[in-house]
Amino acid sequence: MPIGLLKHAVRGGRRDLPPPGDLKPSYDVVIVGGGGHGLATAYHLAKHWGVRNVCVLDRGYLGGGNTARNTAVIRSNYITPESVRFYKEGVELFTRFSNDLGFNIMYSQRGQLTLAHSDASLRTFRLRAEVNKHLGVRSEMVDRKQIREIVPCLHMDDDVRYPILGGLWHRDGGTARHDAVAWAYAARAAEMGVELHQRTEVTGIRRDKGKAVGVETTRGTIACGQVVQAVAGMSSQLAAMAGFRLPIRSFPLQAMVTQPLKPFLDPLVSSAALHAYVSQTARGELVIGGGSDPYELYSTRSSLELKESLIAHTLEMFPFLAEVKMLRQWAGLTDMTPDYSPVMGESPLQNYWLDAGWGTWGFKATPVSGKYMAETVATGRVPDILKPFRLDRFATYDLANEMGATAASH
Amino acid sequence: MKVMTCPLNGPRNVSEFSCFGEVTDMPEPATVDDTAWAEHVWYANNTAGVVREWWCHVPTSYWFIAERNTVTDEILRTYPASEVYSQRVEFAPKDGTA
Repeated sequence: MPIGLLKHAVRGGRRDLPPPGDLKPSYDVVIVGGGGHGLATAYHLAKHWGVRNVCVLDRGYLGGGNTARNTAVIRSNYITPESVRFYKEGVELFTRFSNDLGFNIMYSQRGQLTLAHSDASLRTFRLRAEVNKHLGVRSEMVDRKQIREIVPCLHMDDDVRYPILGGLWHRDGGTARHDAVAWAYAARAAEMGVELHQRTEVTGIRRDKGKAVGVETTRGTIACGQVVQAVAGMSSQLAAMAGFRLPIRSFPLQAMVTQPLKPFLDPLVSSAALHAYVSQTARGELVIGGGSDPYELYSTRSSLELKESLIAHTLEMFPFLAEVKMLRQWAGLTDMTPDYSPVMGESPLQNYWLDAGWGTWGFKATPVSGKYMAETVATGRVPDILKPFRLDRFATYDLANEMGATAASH
Repeated sequence: MKVMTCPLNGPRNVSEFSCFGEVTDMPEPATVDDTAWAEHVWYANNTAGVVREWWCHVPTSYWFIAERNTVTDEILRTYPASEVYSQRVEFAPKDGTA
């Protein structure tokens, strides 16, 4: 055994995060939610805006929520120019992530193939491809022959309920190790003085004259300059503590992985009509995700009928997987908005910023939302790139409709 | 599979039903302001706990109301909408301009 490794073993290994101390009586910024989005915001506040008197609170543990429950799809092939611009920068930040933060997130850009099983899907794909190309995102329409070349193992016969007619090939699509994203931001933010307090549940938001002035927690009350809420499926619950409602409904989304197999599937493959998307991890496991549950629920329980339909649809694409065993399965809590776009920026409460409504599209936006939420908090101004996603858009019916660009209809 | 009791058809698999969201009162279209109407259209209580919702038994197109716990995934009670709405609800403006 090399001496270095032995020394490492004796020393007890590297510690990414300092042990948590007591909560201070006051912080400049309190971020509620210790997932990717909250930690990315903390990192960018400390790194680029010199705001270091920051604490991140989580009622569970680091990356125990949707950061580690999503299916780790990274893409920018949306429909509206506003979204494409935003998610494109998200993809660019992911490509540099491991170098920027000195933390390997195993980012792998292998392309994403979305399948069309109807003329309506083909029309949407053409629109997406043109909007994407116009904004510098690599998306193109592919026919059945090209699909065979991209994914030779895909079942392309016509004797199925929904034969494949064509596809949208998104070369910029990729994947990364999702929990590493949260760890990386947490570790680098902690080095700059940001405090992460796990198992610290927020029980109330203190308000004074229309301003957020403090946060009540299970470990005491903290005074604060500003608050950021980044709590995914619990967005409505936290907003209620701050005294307002949101255009959000919470649904579980169920996913699973199979036992590891030899590498056979390079791109990420998704089908909205079949409500399923499949990718193979670096470990060889197949990650399979589907649509949301059919009704609202604050529970991460699984149900047999959703798993059965997910498996049936996956087998329609890859019939040879029939004998493969399922290894793990779980659910995450998604906060769905009416237009399938997030809600970021100002809230009805002053000094209280929203990073919510991330439904089933939050992971890919982790770096870019952190970057611009930090700018929002530090300058008190919402940057132009976030304005299409303001809460106010619902009052003016100025929606950013991305329902047609989800990987599976929810 | 989870079973839901339809007031018309009795206990059926939950996959036969569709949920159409919380029972709320529609503001009067002729007098409501734009902000309150937008709130009615888009916003939700998204309650963690017992909610009262519109459900439809799809094969028979029968609409009814269910009380459901959104934390425990329990269906507490289902009943005909007539228990809540004893009078006809007019959706068109009263002066008939629309």
